[in-house]
Amino acid sequence: MLRDITLGQYYNTASPLHAMDPRTKILGVIFYMVILFTASTVWEYALAAIFTVFVIKVSRVPVRFITRGLKPIVIIMLFTLVLNLFMTSGGKELFHWWIFRVTDLGVETAVKMAVRLVMLIMGTSLLTLTTSPIALTGGIERLLSPFRKIGVPSHEIAMMMSIALRFIPILMEETDKIIKAQTSRGADFESGNLIQRVKAMVPILVPLFVGAFRRADELAVAMECRCYNGGEGRTSLRELRFRRVDGGALCACVILTAAMAALKILRMVGVL
Amino acid sequence: MSIIKAENLSFSYESEGAEVKVFENLNIDIDEGEFVAVLGHNGSGKSTFAKHLNAILTPKSGRVTVCGIDTADESRLFELRKNVGMVFQNPDNQIVATVVEEDVAFGLENLGVPREEMRRRVDEALKVVRMYDYRTYAPHLLSGGQKQRVAIAGILAMEPRCIVLDEPTAMLDPIGRDEVMETVRRLNREKGITIVLITHYMDEAVKADRCIVMDRGKIVMDDRPASIFPKVEEMRALGLDVPQATELVWELKRRGLNIETGALRSAGAIESILKMTRDQL
Ligand SMILES: Nc1ncnc2c1ncn2[C@@H]1O[C@H](COP(=O)(O)OP(=O)(O)OP(=O)(O)O)[C@@H](O)[C@H]1O
Ligand SMILES: [Mg+2]
Repeated sequence: MLRDITLGQYYNTASPLHAMDPRTKILGVIFYMVILFTASTVWEYALAAIFTVFVIKVSRVPVRFITRGLKPIVIIMLFTLVLNLFMTSGGKELFHWWIFRVTDLGVETAVKMAVRLVMLIMGTSLLTLTTSPIALTGGIERLLSPFRKIGVPSHEIAMMMSIALRFIPILMEETDKIIKAQTSRGADFESGNLIQRVKAMVPILVPLFVGAFRRADELAVAMECRCYNGGEGRTSLRELRFRRVDGGALCACVILTAAMAALKILRMVGVL
Repeated sequence: MSIIKAENLSFSYESEGAEVKVFENLNIDIDEGEFVAVLGHNGSGKSTFAKHLNAILTPKSGRVTVCGIDTADESRLFELRKNVGMVFQNPDNQIVATVVEEDVAFGLENLGVPREEMRRRVDEALKVVRMYDYRTYAPHLLSGGQKQRVAIAGILAMEPRCIVLDEPTAMLDPIGRDEVMETVRRLNREKGITIVLITHYMDEAVKADRCIVMDRGKIVMDDRPASIFPKVEEMRALGLDVPQATELVWELKRRGLNIETGALRSAGAIESILKMTRDQL
């Protein structure tokens, strides 16, 4: 049952977005987030939406894969929607019942917030949908490497991520086995109150942790045997190539962000 | 030419203050190109010996020299480990990367090998173990035998002179075991790589040039498989099995039949039985 959870939701297909350097995509997502969080007028939202739709089209990932990422946050979205709808003060009153008061400003904030969240999730899941985990960790390592001088352990972070990715499927399978073994001995994980259920988890967690530590120990020895010595002087089989299309995409992101900022400044000084 | 040499090796583990003595004045000499099987009951010190060969452990006293490098010499640690590859029992706990070819490249990346050469060596190693078609797979999608062969490829890419395998087939099914054994034998025959194979399966030990039997940290037998396995009683006293074929002819002999003992494989046993029946006619 646990094995059904697919890890890293990489959707393998050939698209310009897939072919891009992972660093470009990571930086792109950061720009995208800045754009989303600074957007305030309808026009800015429209611009961000057009951009989102364009990138989704370019990625050739079926839309249902992208919207799948929205499922887990439906509750959060409804919550913020309701909260914004009823809690916003100011604006013209549209509707009033008992203590509930809905204003036009409330509706506007609620809708904007929801749209922002949806776009945020869709845009960021596009990163993991179009970038394989290994490219992603490689990209993160390279992006963080300039910060090594100030003590950011870029290689170690990337190595940890990639080992985690390697072992999560193994540990999931192991959890599955332990659960089945305990169930066959009459363990009950489904009934009882919260405390009883948490207690029932202990016989799963203990062997799982013991097993994980043993694995970690063996893996460390195996890595040492293969001359592992940290990131110093290491080369890499995978080549990250920053090509012209990457430069173009990054430029587009910068221009877009700059345009948004310019709009904002113009509005602030009262030109618009 | 000897490639592995242990001279008066003594070693003990320290666990919770107590000292667990494993070796006392152990001497072993293995020639380049040999295929050696190391046998012994649980806890006899096989893994401890294996870990001395690439300086995961170093002697308390005495000396271990591998490929001309003293394992206690820390300045040549990487040179040593490049020359002595290790394969362990659990295939899952020695594969580091999330893609087969990346894992094969792991050792080369650590050694700082340039990319073009790395690519060439990775592809070649994968072809040697016949896993080239799986190079972009995630390791958890492979069978046990395939994973073990990927682990071997990762070592092979470093172009070692010696490979030490500590019960590499213990967690595999019969097909996986055959795959791994076939690969190991081929590396020994075709590439002349020295093999030290620790195993509990006597059918695997039979394929070696030489068997070293350990008991409580001491070498009690050291000979060709054809010389040690027919000593069924001695082997049993050491807590070890013998190959089924050897056991069969030995049992027949013990029951009073006039049969030639010493067969190691089923073909040999069949021959002995045929010969016996022919003689009796
Ligand atoms: N890390 C350790 N700390 C303390 N004692 C240890 C340690 N590892 C092994 N030993 C002890 O050293 C002895 C030799 O162990 P070793 O693992 O080398 O045996 P082995 O021949 O490989 O056995 P097996 O066939 O079970 O793998 C055993 O008595 C064992 O209990
Ligand atoms: Mg052992």
